[in-house]
Amino acid sequence: MDWFDTMMADFAVQVSGLKKFYAGRPVLTEVNLSIRPGEAVALLGANGAGKTTLLRILATLSRPSRGKAVIAGHDCVKQAERVRESVGFVAHGAWVYDDLTALENLTFWTTLSSRPADGEELRTALTAVDLDRFAHARVRTFSVGMKRRLALARLTLSRPRVILLDEPFAGLDQRAGKWVDEYLAAFKAAGGCVLLTTHSFGRGLGVADRIVILAGGGVVLDTPTATLSPDDVRRLYEAHAEDPT
Amino acid sequence: MYARRAWIVLWKDVLVERRSKEALNALFFFALLLLFIFQFTLGGDRERLAGALPGLLWLGFVLSGLVGLGRAFLTERDHDCWEGLLLSPGDKSAIYLGKLAGNLLLMLLVEAIMLVLFGVFFNIDLGRRLPALAGVVVLGTVGFAAVGTLFAAMTAQVRARELLFPVLLLPVLVPVLLGAVKATEAVLAGESLSGVMHWLKLLAAADIVYVAVGVLTFDAILEG
Amino acid sequence: MSRALGWLVVVGLVAGLVMGFGVAPREAAQGNVQRIMYLHVPSVLVAYLAFGVVLVASIAYLTTRREAADRIGHASAEVGVLFTGITIASGAIWGKPTWGTWWTWDARLTSVAVLFVMYLGYLLVRGMVDDRERAARYSAVVGIVAALDVPLVHFSVYWWRTLHQPPTMLKPGPSTMPGLFAATLMVNLAAFALVYVYLVTKRVRLLRREEEALA
Repeated sequence: MDWFDTMMADFAVQVSGLKKFYAGRPVLTEVNLSIRPGEAVALLGANGAGKTTLLRILATLSRPSRGKAVIAGHDCVKQAERVRESVGFVAHGAWVYDDLTALENLTFWTTLSSRPADGEELRTALTAVDLDRFAHARVRTFSVGMKRRLALARLTLSRPRVILLDEPFAGLDQRAGKWVDEYLAAFKAAGGCVLLTTHSFGRGLGVADRIVILAGGGVVLDTPTATLSPDDVRRLYEAHAEDPT
Repeated sequence: MYARRAWIVLWKDVLVERRSKEALNALFFFALLLLFIFQFTLGGDRERLAGALPGLLWLGFVLSGLVGLGRAFLTERDHDCWEGLLLSPGDKSAIYLGKLAGNLLLMLLVEAIMLVLFGVFFNIDLGRRLPALAGVVVLGTVGFAAVGTLFAAMTAQVRARELLFPVLLLPVLVPVLLGAVKATEAVLAGESLSGVMHWLKLLAAADIVYVAVGVLTFDAILEG
Repeated sequence: MSRALGWLVVVGLVAGLVMGFGVAPREAAQGNVQRIMYLHVPSVLVAYLAFGVVLVASIAYLTTRREAADRIGHASAEVGVLFTGITIASGAIWGKPTWGTWWTWDARLTSVAVLFVMYLGYLLVRGMVDDRERAARYSAVVGIVAALDVPLVHFSVYWWRTLHQPPTMLKPGPSTMPGLFAATLMVNLAAFALVYVYLVTKRVRLLRREEEALA
């Protein structure tokens, strides 16, 4: 199936016929989605529409009931470890140990991921997220925004090709939010692929090339954002996101 | 790289424990408390207590071990660190071994403290047989920690964890408990270890089996 | 096919009963209560068979993640616990008139009791973990640990009991038994094995229907 594999290689993220049941209840009934390298997609939908479920399947935290999810050419179920090497995942929890310092946290995660970084690299990563002043401070003292930035520093050190973010702007103030925006834009420009879920129509959509709306277990809208204003997006959301059943 | 990853998990746990000092302090007081309770419930008859000493010692080890192990994975539940462990690429069994090493260190430390307290309170001279005693305690604790770490990971995410963990662990530990108590009996009675070789071999076999199962099945548990 | 199996089970059990109460002779020392051995011994042997199947099914599930392996393991554990319970109960009933007590800490009874609690733990994991897939994985691990522990439990309990006390175990096993005793035992063993297969098949089918109903 050479031509098929070649086609797949064009996409960083390829989801086809994805279904997911939780205790018999269908959460995702038919999801098809493709994302190219250098693209950023914002996933919108009502609460319970399955945004987080889809993200977690792509992050290999959960297995689909049926269908396929492929990231950078590797199947999320059958080649989970290879997928984990290429994917960065940022959700609500920032993967931090409160009693360790920022530097110690980064040392831990980079070593555990088989990518041990020396002091130089760690410092650089902290500087890039404007946390180098707090390198030796215990993370317990960090704000939500600072923890999120530390998570992004960790992400950079793992050199992913695809970043999956679940509500990355939640709990962040204007400045921190703008900061995340810039980070994602730079990642995209370097050829990385971004998929994020969001509830807000202003932030996040700034970096997104496309919006995808999930409702009723499937994709009901998949459109480029180039010509859309935030108001257009809001109208589209209200039109499509409410589950007809 | 595998050894390094196991080591970094141990390093992290030791650092966190040293900074928060949660577990060791609580366990130390727990050990002290157990000693008092043994005294009160079993009466002051020194002779009778001395006879039951091996059993009491291991009873104390088991009770404090249950408390210590039960908390082994609680720090991972904060800030989604558990998911972080799963999503970090690499053989997950290295995490198991790192955790096992950390739990083993903590348990051996508490057991050493308990031995000292027992020696003081019951006026027993443990010094003569210390190497043999230490050997038996280590053999028994390794098995305890191996299957305890595995089951602690399993029950960390389950409701009614405090119930399920001991219920799963204790029956499986029967061979280790029997072997350890019998061997300790022999050591404290001044007998040579050659008389309890079969027990020591059983303990060693149990240790190997439990660690092997832990290494082979940990990633299935980590998946959440 | 299961209809035929069902009939075979009935035939087997009837044959077992007939042999146990009719054909096998009255035992000299213990009297008629000894006949309970034809319930007790096959029960424990079938329980071991059941837990052996749980081990294989658990390993199969963890390596292949096929739900059929999980269902077989689950069903086999339930039936195994049932037979273990029967073993303990029949052992107690046998023990009361024979040794004057419902329970002794003799090696075999103690081992079986530990076995019982271990696999009850397996079922407890199933009951207390909500997510079906997680319950399957966790109980598979418990099934493997428990099965590998069985020989360790055996040796440790046996040494614990027999090095300081005269053995209170039953008379030696079937191989040294006179003909009719052994034959009766074999017939009952076969019958119980059939009951095991029947119960597991039915239970697996029920589990599959439950899942289909939910999905």
